[in-house]
Amino acid sequence: MERFASLVAALDGSNSTLDKVAAMRAYLASEPDEDCAWAVYFLAGGKPRSLVATRLLREAAREAAGVPEWLFDECYQTVGDLAETIALLLPESREAPDSRDTLAFWMQSRLLPLRDLDPESARASLIACWQRLDSWQRFVFNKLITGGLRLGVSRQLVLRALGEASGVDARLIAQRIIGFTDRQSTPDGARYRALVAPAGGDLIAGHAGALLPYPFMLAHGWEPGRADGERAADWFAEWKWDGIRVQLVRRQHGLALWSRGEELLTDRFPEIVSAGQALAPGTVLDGELLCWASGAARPMDFAAMQTRIGRLRPGPATLRQTPARLVAFDCLEHQGVDLRGQALRLRRQALLESLTLAAPDPERLCAAPALEALTWTERADLRDAARSAGAEGLMLKRLESPYVMGRSRADGGHWFKWKLDPFSVDAVLIYAQAGHGRRAGLYTDYTFAVWDGSAGEAPRLVPFAKAYSGLTDAEIREVDAIIRRTTVERFGPVRSVEPTLVFEIGFEGIARSGRHRAGVSVRFPRMLRWRRDKRVADADTLAMLQGLLATSRG
Amino acid sequence: MRGDLVVLRPEGLYCEAGGFYIDPWRPVDRAVITHAHADHARTGHRRYLAAEPAREVMHARLGRVSLQTLQWGESITQGDVRVSLFPAGHILGSAQVRIEHRGEVWVVSGDYKLEADPTCAAFEPVRCDTFITESTFGLPVYRWRPDAQTMAEIASWWADNAAGGRASVLFCYALGKAQRIQAGLAAAQALVGPIVIHGAVAAVNAAYREAGVSLPDTRTATDWRRASGGEAPLVLAPPSAAGSPWLSRFGEASLAFASGWMRVRGARRRRALDRGFVLSDHADWPGLMQAIEASGARRVIVTHGFEAAIVRHLSERGITAQALRTEFGGEAGAEADGELAAEPVGRDQAHPAIAATEPSPRQTP
Repeated sequence: MERFASLVAALDGSNSTLDKVAAMRAYLASEPDEDCAWAVYFLAGGKPRSLVATRLLREAAREAAGVPEWLFDECYQTVGDLAETIALLLPESREAPDSRDTLAFWMQSRLLPLRDLDPESARASLIACWQRLDSWQRFVFNKLITGGLRLGVSRQLVLRALGEASGVDARLIAQRIIGFTDRQSTPDGARYRALVAPAGGDLIAGHAGALLPYPFMLAHGWEPGRADGERAADWFAEWKWDGIRVQLVRRQHGLALWSRGEELLTDRFPEIVSAGQALAPGTVLDGELLCWASGAARPMDFAAMQTRIGRLRPGPATLRQTPARLVAFDCLEHQGVDLRGQALRLRRQALLESLTLAAPDPERLCAAPALEALTWTERADLRDAARSAGAEGLMLKRLESPYVMGRSRADGGHWFKWKLDPFSVDAVLIYAQAGHGRRAGLYTDYTFAVWDGSAGEAPRLVPFAKAYSGLTDAEIREVDAIIRRTTVERFGPVRSVEPTLVFEIGFEGIARSGRHRAGVSVRFPRMLRWRRDKRVADADTLAMLQGLLATSRG
Repeated sequence: MRGDLVVLRPEGLYCEAGGFYIDPWRPVDRAVITHAHADHARTGHRRYLAAEPAREVMHARLGRVSLQTLQWGESITQGDVRVSLFPAGHILGSAQVRIEHRGEVWVVSGDYKLEADPTCAAFEPVRCDTFITESTFGLPVYRWRPDAQTMAEIASWWADNAAGGRASVLFCYALGKAQRIQAGLAAAQALVGPIVIHGAVAAVNAAYREAGVSLPDTRTATDWRRASGGEAPLVLAPPSAAGSPWLSRFGEASLAFASGWMRVRGARRRRALDRGFVLSDHADWPGLMQAIEASGARRVIVTHGFEAAIVRHLSERGITAQALRTEFGGEAGAEADGELAAEPVGRDQAHPAIAATEPSPRQTP
């Protein structure tokens, strides 16, 4: 634990990518395989299933620190991170820290067993663990429980360090690491050794064995003018859907559905599983998962999918109300052969061929339609029509491009998303709450309101969206100062402020909602800009939002 | 409250019986100043009263203002009250203001810390009926470690950087913190190489030395460049120098900030700093509680900081407490941006002592 805590300190204490890779490489080269397995697991974003209920963790911390609940909460609001708040509040331990046991030992013998303890024993165990650790180690220990180390270490960086430490091609490790951080699995020495074993024919075999997907290919944003000098005929166009990106893996002995975050979704979408069974073994499809009623012309909005994805084992009612459809747009493996090196043109043929042959229920599994628009002008028109098709724009892909990991920079990029301009309204900031992590203690999360004059009374502000992104650091500091100056009331962590600030709020979609006071909910709201030129009275109205609702219905 | 010896007016904290303000934020006739930081010592008052050890820094900050000073514990009559000043341990000459009126005693703390500081007199508890205390770090997550430990950490970071051929840039408030670090490192015999100071720090150093505070030798950036034998320096600069051309001359550097706010990781991360050293001139939570207890006050009035938390905590312990909203730097969590902005570097032409003592990089040979 001591070594791992030092590694976390080194990663946290530098802003240099080189330093971070060097620190990880040194750790991986010197620590036992079991420890490397756990370190990679956590650095690559793994989080064990809940070890201790947060409530219990807080209670144990309050007990050990002798701090009442309200004061603990005040501290948490300022620090913005539970693991850190606890580490800062606990008194220095009387004994010298004794944290030499290995990370794997801490995990196997102290952390994982917490799950099976009754609350009283778990609390005692937590306090005993804290007593063995110094303040920084306690922070790291708590983070292993709460998850989210957030060290500015991307998966890519972990792969680089693994590659450098083992001498194995990082791209090969990228293949093997898929599934490594899955919640159901536990890292161990053997799995780490498999991760960094010398190259040799394990690729397809290994994949097939575990029903693993391929690293996902991602798209760049399309810039206006990107089409200059490009022949429209070299590009394939399809709708950009607002769903969940998945790979459907069908192999000899089974089928798996993976999200881009490498979460296994198989059990959550039985209708996709049964449609996918029709595919020939040795087929991997890439596509977008949407909620889509049989016979409907367009998918349901994203809110439906948000509810649906939360159902771990959906019952008949859920399956009836929010049936899923996989719109497949790529074929990565066909008849057991890895197609990723081939051109999209050929992969598209393989996709159509697989589906024609298997003939699954087309309501549940279908190929993304090619959009027949042969000039750039026609495509621009199509993009404008995306909203009425229930899409959020166009995808443009080079027909001759291979399928690569991440965002390809070759030839200026292969895949592009050309999204619709967001909806936008001018709204008034009325509540603020402090942020988390690097925004701890700064008021960065805001609630926005528009005018409602419908009651025939004096117009009043009704909240309709929360947003926390889109401002520069300098703007955030300025807004933070204004919020503190104009606070009217405090409700726990939230402050109400005098309405003085107007922002242009952008969002991707809008739907009717019974749960929101304004009667609408918006998708992915963010601040487009601070309208210093506008007075509060100039902000938009609820009637205007309702108008947008009508437009978006097509 | 009606009948209180010190009340809040739009100009600032006011003692009616004495006819003076304490650290007012609008121009007044008579101002008693607890210390020379810009959010407490503002320009534009007609007459100033401060502690004698603050004389040099007051003049360095405010120019040739009309300034009367008191020795520690010396008292004078102002209107119907007796006024005296006692060390607050915050920076050189920082004072608590003791006001006595018909047998009732009030103390206004200004900013204070309980830790020993080689550059100023130690905080002295003053018994009183009502204690007006700051609360900048008034949450139990704020607890400081011994200075010696922090100085050793700074020295070790400096040595690591020197070994890697990097400069060590340590941002700190130019008045108080910078001098405490210089004296602290010297006392710990932890000077790894030359200390290079920003012009804003140089001006304050001169005032400190004038007042008899012993500081180690330092260099200006120009001296350092001329004399440089390749030794990696410790650069002390105010936070506002971040990203300035002045800083770029030191080449590859590790950036750190010395402040109580560095106790919380998020505060360091959003500044993209390599290191944060937890070093504050304000009292931490145990320090605040200790000072409040030592004052023996029956009533505590809490200003600038985490007022609500302290008021509730004291109330739960049977002490009468209330919050007062002042305009001193740093409301809870605001990271004393007031104090940061108050560091007069480049933008503040009102302080001739601090006006560029450093040539611009272009002029250096």
